[in-house]
Amino acid sequence: MLRSEKVDRNTLAQLVADDIEAGSFVNLGIGQPTLVSNYLTSEHDVTLHTENGMLGMGRAAEESEVDIDLINAGKVPVTETPGAAFFHQADSFAIMRGGHLDVCVLGAFQVSATGDLANWHTGAEDAIPAVGGAMDLAIGAKRVYVMMNLFTRDGDIKLVPEATYPLTGVGCVSRLYTDHGIFELSDSGTVEVLALFGLSFEELSSKSDIHFVDATSK
Amino acid sequence: MTKIADTAADAVANISDGSTVLMGGFGDAGQPMELIEALLESGAKDLTVVNNNAGQADAGLALLIKERRVNKIICSFPRQSDSWHFDEAYRAGEIELELVPQGNLAERLRAAGAGIGAFFTPTGYGTRLAEGKEVREINGRNYVLEYPIHGDVALIKAFQADEKGNLVYRKTARNFGPVMATAAKQTIAQVEEILPTGTLDPENIVTTSIYTDVMVAIQTQSTELAARERAQGAK
Repeated sequence: MLRSEKVDRNTLAQLVADDIEAGSFVNLGIGQPTLVSNYLTSEHDVTLHTENGMLGMGRAAEESEVDIDLINAGKVPVTETPGAAFFHQADSFAIMRGGHLDVCVLGAFQVSATGDLANWHTGAEDAIPAVGGAMDLAIGAKRVYVMMNLFTRDGDIKLVPEATYPLTGVGCVSRLYTDHGIFELSDSGTVEVLALFGLSFEELSSKSDIHFVDATSK
Repeated sequence: MTKIADTAADAVANISDGSTVLMGGFGDAGQPMELIEALLESGAKDLTVVNNNAGQADAGLALLIKERRVNKIICSFPRQSDSWHFDEAYRAGEIELELVPQGNLAERLRAAGAGIGAFFTPTGYGTRLAEGKEVREINGRNYVLEYPIHGDVALIKAFQADEKGNLVYRKTARNFGPVMATAAKQTIAQVEEILPTGTLDPENIVTTSIYTDVMVAIQTQSTELAARERAQGAK
């Protein structure tokens, strides 16, 4: 897939939703990944998992529906769908760690060519560290998708040969969705470029030492 | 035998200085706020606290930290927009932090309750949170050795109990309650109501009475929310 312009966050969320198979069990991380839920239709028949202990999570609660006992992993009040189920933390993370989820969608600071993920700590030594479920999510699902901008504000590419930020997980990212393209990652370190938006293959290659393979015409 | 305490203060009266206290809750959901407030009133100090977070705003665990009654906290996500009391204590070097991935926190508690000596988990492998820990490759995958977290006391919030001490929870407020109840020498539960034994469906019990040592009935917003839900369902 080639597009002449970079895509916005909502379009990217739509592209992620399009790649989620019908009937999947899915966990959407906090932030940009949450947008994906706006594009999951009833035809997707996706069951959403939230790591604080629920399968079958519904949309965000309206003011009249707010229930302090019914929140998502971002502590936002949500609703339940018919067929929802609750379970405790050890069971919830067993669902994840046990490889039962089909897809997990996360945000990131950096992703390496071999699928290493950095999304929990900027490396600033004076920062108070907080990890939550990030490391469990990173290694838990059958497929781990990451959504992020391809470049930093300073123009540095965030898909890197080796992450410089503290790692969340090793070799765990399957596919990277960015405003400038979609990339399939593997242990080999060779990155398959599935789509480019507002960026040519040559421009991409010039910005990184990673070995890219052009699969945009597939 | 599960004891029924008249007040939250009575329920927590035996918690001694230096205890490791497991506290249920994910944010405010399932947080045993009235028990934590009673613990604050009791004056117990030099505590090690295990909770997913490190206190919110000016209530509960945040106040225990503000009063410097917590020497160490074991949690997954201390930094929040309203965790100012933890932030201040941490930056002053007046509280020790053991940061644990949330799933490892849950499993280490589960392991404690289930008599497991230690376990290998893939979570955290290759990260700074696994530094210094034993690792092993098993069937081509890398794992980190993690040890159980035992509590002296668990403070949890459930929804309903029967007089025998069986507990059921409400929605995502269940979170850490069931695993913490198994992982402590003494489990103290605050519940919305205590029903006659035999009222709860045995198929639906989440925490069985063997784990509940003390309980106290305290109505919170959860009772109103459950009533609202029942009314909507009856429409």
